[in-house]
Amino acid sequence: MTRRAAYEAQQKRRANMIAGVSTMIVLALVIVLVPLAPGWEAVRASFFNGEVFVRVFPDLLRAFMLDVAIFAWSVPMIFALGLAIALARGNANPALFPLRIFGAVYVDLFRGIPVVLLVYLVGFGIPGLGLPRPWNSPYIWGTVALVLTYSAYVAEVLRSGIESIHASQRNAAICLGLSERDTMRYVILPQAIRRVVPANMNMLVALQKDVALLSFIGPVEILRQAGIFKSLLANFTPYVAAAVIFLCVTVPATRYADYLLNKDRDARS
Amino acid sequence: MKTILTAAVLSAVATGAFAADHCAAGKTLTDGTLTIATGNPAYYPWVLNDAPEAGEGFEAAVAYALAKEMGFGADQVTWVRTSFDEAIQPGVKNFDLNMQQYSITEERDKVVDFSAPYYTAPQAVLTTQAIVDGGATGTMESLKGLKWGVVASTTALPVVMEQIEPDASPLVYDDNTNVTAALQAGQIDAALFDLPTALYLSAVVVEGGAILGQFDPAAAENPDQFGMLMPEGSALKACVDEALAAMTDSGKLAEIEAQWLQEATGVPLIQ
Amino acid sequence: MPDPRLSLRGVTKSFDDVQVLRGIDMDIAPGEMVCLIGASGSGKSTLLRCMNGLEPVDDGEVLLDGVDIAEPGFDLGPIRQRIGIVFQSFNLFPHMTAYDNVALAPRRVLGEEARERIEALFARFGLADHMRKYPDQLSGGQQQRVAVIRALAMRPQTMLLDEITSALDPELVGEVLDVLRRLRDDGMTMVLATHEMSFAREVADRVVFMDQGVVAEEGTPERIFSDPQRARTQQFLRSVAR
Repeated sequence: MTRRAAYEAQQKRRANMIAGVSTMIVLALVIVLVPLAPGWEAVRASFFNGEVFVRVFPDLLRAFMLDVAIFAWSVPMIFALGLAIALARGNANPALFPLRIFGAVYVDLFRGIPVVLLVYLVGFGIPGLGLPRPWNSPYIWGTVALVLTYSAYVAEVLRSGIESIHASQRNAAICLGLSERDTMRYVILPQAIRRVVPANMNMLVALQKDVALLSFIGPVEILRQAGIFKSLLANFTPYVAAAVIFLCVTVPATRYADYLLNKDRDARS
Repeated sequence: MKTILTAAVLSAVATGAFAADHCAAGKTLTDGTLTIATGNPAYYPWVLNDAPEAGEGFEAAVAYALAKEMGFGADQVTWVRTSFDEAIQPGVKNFDLNMQQYSITEERDKVVDFSAPYYTAPQAVLTTQAIVDGGATGTMESLKGLKWGVVASTTALPVVMEQIEPDASPLVYDDNTNVTAALQAGQIDAALFDLPTALYLSAVVVEGGAILGQFDPAAAENPDQFGMLMPEGSALKACVDEALAAMTDSGKLAEIEAQWLQEATGVPLIQ
Repeated sequence: MPDPRLSLRGVTKSFDDVQVLRGIDMDIAPGEMVCLIGASGSGKSTLLRCMNGLEPVDDGEVLLDGVDIAEPGFDLGPIRQRIGIVFQSFNLFPHMTAYDNVALAPRRVLGEEARERIEALFARFGLADHMRKYPDQLSGGQQQRVAVIRALAMRPQTMLLDEITSALDPELVGEVLDVLRRLRDDGMTMVLATHEMSFAREVADRVVFMDQGVVAEEGTPERIFSDPQRARTQQFLRSVAR
């Protein structure tokens, strides 16, 4: 081992030890001090009730499958529409100017409206116009609300990705005789989409949580199922159980997004 | 003039002394005051105009009658607003009594205290005239084929699931407003409420609203009974129950019910 | 002299308030190799970009086989297949293999799956083993050679080369210059902006010295390098000789 390597190894050992000891101290304080609080027993019974947890967990997991399904069918629509809006906004053709204006208004509007409001507005409002079943289903219109909001965000992310591709790439393609359309499709978009994968991953994590907002207009997904149990059992543990299920999905997804982000940063530096 | 004033002061002192003697003395959040919680907003016909202080509406009237029975003057009643969640969360509560059509259930009773029931609520089926015209009737068979909606924090969901056992799984909402919106949007065919609420929604809120019928509370295994909710282990419970018993015996409770919930009769029973 | 392949007549070009080209007249004969020399900012790159319409000119004519391609509104699409351009920074598409970089435009524009022809080009320029690699797996010199192949795959009659060795490490310059020698031997019409004076002297049919947006002096390499007439030319050649 070189002198330098030995020194660095020693520094690293030291740092690890300090990190370990400080973590232990904080953990010990939490474990010792929190139960000393006078209301701890009540809080534990109300939020961390093992019996309730075990009883509701299977039903919550089943309800979560609905969240997963809504998520799964929303995502392709979100990306298709987001891409269309991003392309509409980037269009330079004067004949398509109305499309560009539409894109800009769309993005401002649907990014500006709280998702909950949109879920109510679209989920109750449009079926209220008198659509027959099954076209008035809260699943359909709730999904539409999610797609409207998230495609606006995705459009902006994609647009920033498109704009981040250096003009020289476009020039090179144009000079080879490629049409504007082919240039976008084969040269600009593949690079732009790759570049914004991490940002879109974060978007998907947010979407996975916002799917629960559909419960406001009827569907019994995990959050609503937890609410039903809460009301039935007068206990908040079902929400904790729901949170655990959410975390099992969102934490790995978030970590993966960070990993991609770091990889991308390393690749570009 | 002076005599009248003295008399008034004396009577006020006397009232205070009466309260101090009553079993509720020293057991309320604030001495000499009974703090009662209602919903936000509070709904007709339980509280009229979202103003419980006026004593109008069934629960508001019961509250003031109960307070009087327990020795509190009308000016000694204070109102606060809570959600269902606030009522059951651990920690210190900001009310002595919480009164917003809470159904008494075994599970809930483990976490909070309930008074003796002050109302036995028949469950009624709210729908629209369009559904009735479409052939829906007040029979179990017909009810099974309907798309149901209920409020999450009520006991309506177990009733729908266990008694009606509908073909399609019910949709569940946060509050009455959302249920009626879904009914109006044609996303659900019918909703289950306690009868007074159903009557009100049908008459005032839902355009073309209709009541398909009520479940006979006498026939139900566990009739839906409303109780006043108190913090677990409340010292006040015995006094409240005693006062309610007195109101039942004296016919006061029935009188209030007749005054504010009179329309309830005449709704056909579900077959 | 036969009819020129490319003619510029009074070409001017400004970026904002800065006039970069101040009236350029130039004729390039078929098969001719013209080297543009001059200080950075003298307008060499802009001139090349005006020759294939990548930069629209403000005024003047750019005649390709007698047709004015600088006319506003002229459809440049078909023209660009006839004029290839290679840039200083390669501008390969990083998400495609070397082969796909080259094959994309023939496939989309010419509508042909020019597989054998493209493989032959790779082989000819010594890159047969690198076709399936991505640009970031290639050296600068290899990347630039791929860029040249990419332009050649469209079968252009004229090649514009914009300081294509300037971004390369010195030891990699030679392999790219070799490619140009071979193209010259093929009889390709070429306009080359360069700082490689000895290369220009060796291969050019004609050297054009540009200064402040005008053609300051032109002639055979022999005359320009051995006997420059203008003071600015002399000054420039002295500065690069150092």
